[in-house]
Amino acid sequence: MSVPNEAGAFLRIEAVTKDFGDFRAVNEVSLDVARGEIFALLGSSGCGKSTLLRMLAGFELPSSGRVVLDGNDLAGLPPYKRPVNMMFQSYALFPHLTVWDNIAFGLRRDGLPKAEIAARVDEMLRLVQLTTFAKRKPHQLSGGQQQRVALARSLAKRPKLLLLDEPLGALDKKLREATQIELVNIIRQVGVTCVMVTHDQEEAMTMASRIAVMSEGRFLQVGAPADVYETPATRFVADFIGNVNLMDGSVVADEADHVDIQCADVLHRIGHGITGYEGQTVTVAVRPEKIHLSPDEPVEPHNKVRGIVEASAYFGLYTVYHLRLASGALLKVNVENETRHREGLPAQGDAVWARWLPTSQVVLTQ
Amino acid sequence: MASTDGKRKSWLGPFQGRRLVIGAPYLWLLVFFLLPFLIVLRISFSEMDGAKISDLIGWADQQLTLTLKLQNYVTLFQDDLYFATYGHSLMYAAITTLICLFIGYPFAYFMARARAGLQPLLLMGVMLPFWTSFLLRVYAWKGLLDAQTGWVGQLLTFVHADRLLLPLGLISSAGQFMYSPFSLVLGMVYTYLPFMVLPLYATLSKMDLRLLEAAQDLGATPWQAFWRVTVPLSRSGIVAGAMLVFIPCVGEYVIPELLGGPQTLMIGRVLWDEFFSNNDWPMASSVAVVMVLLIIVPLALLNSSQAKAKAART
Repeated sequence: MSVPNEAGAFLRIEAVTKDFGDFRAVNEVSLDVARGEIFALLGSSGCGKSTLLRMLAGFELPSSGRVVLDGNDLAGLPPYKRPVNMMFQSYALFPHLTVWDNIAFGLRRDGLPKAEIAARVDEMLRLVQLTTFAKRKPHQLSGGQQQRVALARSLAKRPKLLLLDEPLGALDKKLREATQIELVNIIRQVGVTCVMVTHDQEEAMTMASRIAVMSEGRFLQVGAPADVYETPATRFVADFIGNVNLMDGSVVADEADHVDIQCADVLHRIGHGITGYEGQTVTVAVRPEKIHLSPDEPVEPHNKVRGIVEASAYFGLYTVYHLRLASGALLKVNVENETRHREGLPAQGDAVWARWLPTSQVVLTQ
Repeated sequence: MASTDGKRKSWLGPFQGRRLVIGAPYLWLLVFFLLPFLIVLRISFSEMDGAKISDLIGWADQQLTLTLKLQNYVTLFQDDLYFATYGHSLMYAAITTLICLFIGYPFAYFMARARAGLQPLLLMGVMLPFWTSFLLRVYAWKGLLDAQTGWVGQLLTFVHADRLLLPLGLISSAGQFMYSPFSLVLGMVYTYLPFMVLPLYATLSKMDLRLLEAAQDLGATPWQAFWRVTVPLSRSGIVAGAMLVFIPCVGEYVIPELLGGPQTLMIGRVLWDEFFSNNDWPMASSVAVVMVLLIIVPLALLNSSQAKAKAART
């Protein structure tokens, strides 16, 4: 995984802001992306991620701030002069051109010699394994094949920066999983620096080396997928990425090696110090898969809670239980289905104990 | 129960309904176009027998005779007048179609790209001329183009447009814009422009604008994107618009009659003369048959080539 180098950032976004009238779509966003990195902008619709991507492509101009790619300021360069190519959401393949001509479109605009265009197109077709489909029109291809043509077309000009707009959004779930890996392999093989936009956290986590979680035009957190998932910086990020149980409480013991936090139903013990003070109100986040269920009360005095099974949902890989706690709060627990048989598992209405380790929680102060 | 249900379905089901919907207009065309055309075709192979049209099929001396008089068609090809007239008709129709395309395409393009709220208003503007009589509007040009009293004629005189039009042969004498190829084409463009704009607007407004972004992203300037993406994708609109202008222009009678001059004798006029001045119905019919062939044959070729292109795509 490449680590961004402050001095040698390949793509540098500096305090970029975009206003549409009164509406601020992107709000003073700064980011460095290293050469060869796959970076994901993750957020729900309307968070400004697509606007940021369109500013990189040149379809929108920043209201303020600048974008520097490989040492060159992109300001004032129209889309057709930028060394940046984009794979569009739903691909935007030219319906009147064959697969071959779609891929050659950009190369022809550059006025390359015919032989070189042919060589480059054939190379791209081999890369995405569509050599036998060269003569087809886009509508004669399946969704997955169209996606590969779109990728080949955006890579044909060997751009310095590849932009992916919801690259797998138009594919069904099964195909998406296979394509994620294939897409990353191709991008890594080519070695192009890549910024992608997605609302699908799974897509972002499996494909990107780093993620920026966006909301209301700002970056809430930037980091490697595991960091963002395991160490969310805010309640919003914890809640946005994956499932989480959030419990409000206050710090009752603040020691160097541990912290105790009293919440409505639970006394949390955190196995490390935090930068806080006794009496501070905080939020404790615990992911459902880090909680275990048992019929008997655990011996430790903390990190446990009793609840009544209100509902359960079987997902194959795991089962989600909803426990109603004494305060009326709901606790989500994922239990891995280790055996095929379902005897001995808690049923609706059973009282069970939930417990977790002192290393499982995250303490959030904002 | 099943059988009665099945019967009712076969009578009133969507399949029957579809046949009816398609069948009714075809029946209409059969009765009011194909049959009359066959009658015209039949007349074209006969000759005037005094005030009567001669019979094709005769019965005399127990002999059934079929007499096809080809004289009309021979005349048609021997007499330069007809040849020149067909040529004129096709040429003026083609010129009108091209001018309509050049004016109509940018018009339709910017209409399709205008603010969504403005588009119905612009569309209304294109259709507004249909609210007044076609004949009146064409007639009005007679007054407008008068070099002494007409607004447009005065303006054209003021900018010395005749210095350009005269050498091109579009008008026959300076200061005289009426009764010339110029006034004829002007009238036809004016009349048929909406028929070009509407199909073009329909295709251009449906176009996916992300394709233009994709083209620009791949290095095409806006101009290149227009020629490489917008124009090819609006082909069906161009063809439809050109057909809607070209076909009626070939047989146009009113506009050449009102605005045209001696230089612009078109086939519609000849047809009229044969029918009503010469009273030579067989000759008139053969003129009409050849005109229909002139239009239908290229149309059929175009249709089949488009069908082939479509079949190749699917």
